[in-house]
This record gives sequence, structure tokens and C-alpha cells, in this order.
Amino acid sequence: MGKTYVLWLIILLPFLTFTPRMLAQTASAADQNARLAKLEQQVASAQSSGDNAWMLTSSALVLMMTGPGLALFYGGLVRKKNVLGTMMQSFALMAIITVLWAIVGYSLCFGSGNNFLGGLHHLFMRGVGAQPDPDYAGTIPQQTFMIYQLMFAVITPALITGAFAERMKFSAMAVFMVLWSFLVYDPMAHMVWGKGGFLNAALGGRFPTLDFAGGTVVHVTSGVSALVCALYLGQRVGYPKQPMPPHSVVLSFIGACLLWVGWFGFNAGSALAAGTLATSAFVATHFAAAAAVVGWAGAEWLRNGKPSALGAISGSVAGLVAITPAAGFVGPMQALAIGLIAGVFCYWMVVKVKARFGYDDSLDAFGVHGAGGTLGALLTGVFASSAVNPMFKDAQGNTLASGVLEGNGHQLLNQCVGVAVAWGLAIVGTLVILKIVDVTIGLRVSAEHEVQGLDLSQHGEEGYYWEVSA
Amino acid sequence: MTKVEAIIQNSKLEPVKNALHEIGVEGMTVLEVRGHGRQKGHTEFYRGREYTVDLIPKIKLELVLADNLVEKVVQAITSAARTGKIGDGKIFLSRVDDAIRIRNDERGEGAL
Repeated sequence: MGKTYVLWLIILLPFLTFTPRMLAQTASAADQNARLAKLEQQVASAQSSGDNAWMLTSSALVLMMTGPGLALFYGGLVRKKNVLGTMMQSFALMAIITVLWAIVGYSLCFGSGNNFLGGLHHLFMRGVGAQPDPDYAGTIPQQTFMIYQLMFAVITPALITGAFAERMKFSAMAVFMVLWSFLVYDPMAHMVWGKGGFLNAALGGRFPTLDFAGGTVVHVTSGVSALVCALYLGQRVGYPKQPMPPHSVVLSFIGACLLWVGWFGFNAGSALAAGTLATSAFVATHFAAAAAVVGWAGAEWLRNGKPSALGAISGSVAGLVAITPAAGFVGPMQALAIGLIAGVFCYWMVVKVKARFGYDDSLDAFGVHGAGGTLGALLTGVFASSAVNPMFKDAQGNTLASGVLEGNGHQLLNQCVGVAVAWGLAIVGTLVILKIVDVTIGLRVSAEHEVQGLDLSQHGEEGYYWEVSA
Repeated sequence: MTKVEAIIQNSKLEPVKNALHEIGVEGMTVLEVRGHGRQKGHTEFYRGREYTVDLIPKIKLELVLADNLVEKVVQAITSAARTGKIGDGKIFLSRVDDAIRIRNDERGEGAL
């Protein structure tokens, strides 16, 4: 009896000792899972914070490109009597486009819609809050994405103002830009970047056009529209006989430097996250700008015997424009090549081609943004590297070639489709809008007002008030 | 009384001013002006467009002097402002009928 008791004890002993331990183990597994989940959430939240910090910074940088960057760049290039009128155009667009964007613009660009235009379900900012939209940027609030994209919608029309500088009525400018934003910018942004857009390379569009930060959406549309404006409005009174040199290359210089810095937000920010792609785009952006300065100023040095400050800063903008579509797809050496080519090409466009055809693209919005943007968009198809950014994958998830140099000759065709759509939309849209504004309120200031200057005639003030100090 | 109007190179203002102080000239008016004589202008390029700048920045000095000082002043200016090249400038002399000191209505050479 006693023996049996001891035997039972021996058999049960392990259970008696282990059962609590096993129970504890089960409990601790659940605990660990909870802790893991918490950790994962913390990691995601940390990444979200990091990405969000960079994207808010980038948004501010891109706004800085319009004001004061572009306002100073353009403001310095006009004559003294038009400095405020010119700066005011950029600044007014910061306000006007923002209001439009809040009400309907964002929805038309980024709401899911058809191949050409977004829908209306984000009207009045509905559904645009703290939750990310994983189709665009999964780690930042959609509101951050929205405010970042707004800054692009602001600067794009502001670029056009360089073409009709010194002769357009402020009222006509405002109406033109509102219509242009709806008819040209919103559809183009949707086609290339929006859900369902037929040029969208990231979300499986029919003709996947590689446009990292807006070569077609921003620079081709604005630059080509600028040319149409210059042709439609005609030359300034006295052009080209009367000398119209920039009244302050110093202002333009400061503006160009601000543009260069702001462009890091424009291009590196287009990674929509603070990761390695942002770094790569940042480097490409800077390298292209530098090479373009060498290209433009070098060409000028050879031709005129002197490298000018205006040439150097114009070159930097040309390089930044050309690298915009390519920034997130190319390595540092390709960026240098794109920049150098763009610097020389835009110099030739501005100096030779403009003089040859005699259009008064006053501040060279077409010569720099239209020409540089087109060149950059096409070169993106040539130089795009799958090692930098694996954009195209087959069904098994293997990375496919990106650009022509990697063996994807077809990509150049896609780029051409994107560029052709941007050119076509810009030409037709701008012509229609110009006609509408022309027959309703008129586009140009009177010759008398033009001679007087936009500052006085449009705004009743002067940029440089002459004061005898006591 | 004589009015001396001297148009000189910008870089010669300091030497001329010093030379005039040395011979005891007490007052002068200096203007930044633009103009050209026989000296040709220069060309500037902005985005490939050539602009001829033929009105060149110059300095104009105006002094009204008692007649006995005029020759000394003319000599001081010419020797201080001369480089021997085209563009050194010119001096014009003209008679002045009267001068009035606004502070106390003093007239003539005493007002200078």
C-alpha cells in the first residue's frame, strides 16, 4: 500500500511541479505576443513619425520655392517698375491655388476616378485626415500627402508667369490660373500620379510614364503653356529693340539659391518617406544642378568670353528641372550627365532658339521649364536604373529593366506618350483658357499702363519708393 | 564768382576731394551722373541678349568759388583726376551772378 502510494507520488511529481510551469509558459507566450504586437506598433509609429517629419519639412521647402524663391528669381529679372507686380503673381497663387485645392483640387488630382481625372469624394477635404492612403504613401497621414502635393499645384502655374511678365492684367492672371489649374494641372497630375491614371507607373497605368517629381506634370505643362501664352499675348511694348535688362540680378541670385535648396524638398520629398530613396534623389538633384551650372556657364564662357552670374543661376534651374522626373530613378553619375546636357541644351534654347523665332518668353519659362522638362522626361526613360528604384516587376516579383540603357527600349516610348500628353493638354487647354479670358475681361494691360509698369497700374504701389529722408 | 563743374571718373573722387581739401576748398556738391563724351560704352549680356551701355556712370562735382581760387582748383582737379586715357572727363567754368546763404541772407562771396 505504502509502496503504491510512493509510486503514485513519483508518477505525479513531475506533473505537480511542471503544471504550474506549463501554465506559466502559456501565459508568458500570450504576453510575449502582446509585447511583440506592441513593439511592431511602436516601430511603425516611429517610422511614421520619421517619414512625417521629413514630408512636412519637404512641404515647407517646396512652398519656399514659390515664395520667396521664384518670386525673387522672376522679380529680379524684370524691370524696376514691374518688380512688385511680378512677385505678387507668385504670391497670389500661393493663396488662390490653396483655396481651390482645399475645396476640389486635391480630389480631382488624387481621388480615385477615371483614366484622366480624379473623382469628387475628397471634396471639401472629406476623408483626408490622419489615416494614410496606402496607394500613395502608407506611412504618413493622408493630410500630409495632401499638403505636400498642394505645394506642387502652387508652383506649377507660378512658373508660367515668367512668360507673360510685364504685360498681363492681374485680374486676367488670376482667372487664367484658376481655369488652368482645373483644365491642365489637375488632369495631368491625376494621369501621372493619381489612382487609375493611365500614365501612372506606380499603380499600373496603361502607359507607365516614369515621372518621379513632376517633369511632365510640373515642368512640361507649365513650360509649354508659357510658350503658348508668350505667342498669344505677343511681345512687350518696345521688344526687342528697347533694352530690357534685369533690374537686379542680385534678387534673382538669391531666388535661384532658394530654389536650389527648396528643390531638395521637391525631389527628395517625392520619395514620400525618409528612407534611402530620398537620399538617392537628394544626391541626384544636387549633382544635376551642379553639372548644369558648369554646362550653361561653360557654354556661355566659350561663346561670349565671360561666364555670367545670370548664366550660372539659370543653369542651376535648368539642371534642377531636368533631374526632376529622373531624381528617384537614376544614380549619381547619370544625374551628372542629365545635368550637363540640360545646362547646354537650355542655354541653346534660350539664346539661339528664342532669338531665331522672336517670341517674347520674357523670363524664359519655356526655354528652361518646357525645354528642360521635356529633355529630362525623355532622358529619364534612357537612364532609369532598376538598381536605384525597382519600378517594374514580373508576375513572380522579379525586378525588370527600367530604362533604355538597361535594355528596356520600350520605356522611351512610354516617356514619349507622357510628354506628348503633357504637351497636347498644355497647348489645347491654355489656348482655350486664353481665348475665354481674352474675350471676357481682356488679357493685356493697356500700352499706357504697360509703359507705366505693373506696380503702379495694377497695385497702386512701387517696389522702390523714392523718399527724401529727413 | 565762378562755378566749376567737373565731370570725372568714379574712381577719382577720393583723390580729387583730397586735393581740393589740401588747397583749402571748403564746400562742394557731388552728384552721381551718367553720360558719355567721346568714350565708347561697353556691352553687357543677359541670357545671350546683348545690351550696349553707352551712358557710363560718372561723378560730377559742383563748386562755386571766389575768382582768385579758380586756377588753383582747376589745376588740383586735373592733376588728381588725370589718367591720360579717354574718359578722364571735363571741367566747365561759368560766371555766377550772386550767392545767398539761406541761414542769414548773406550775399556775394561772403556767402560761399
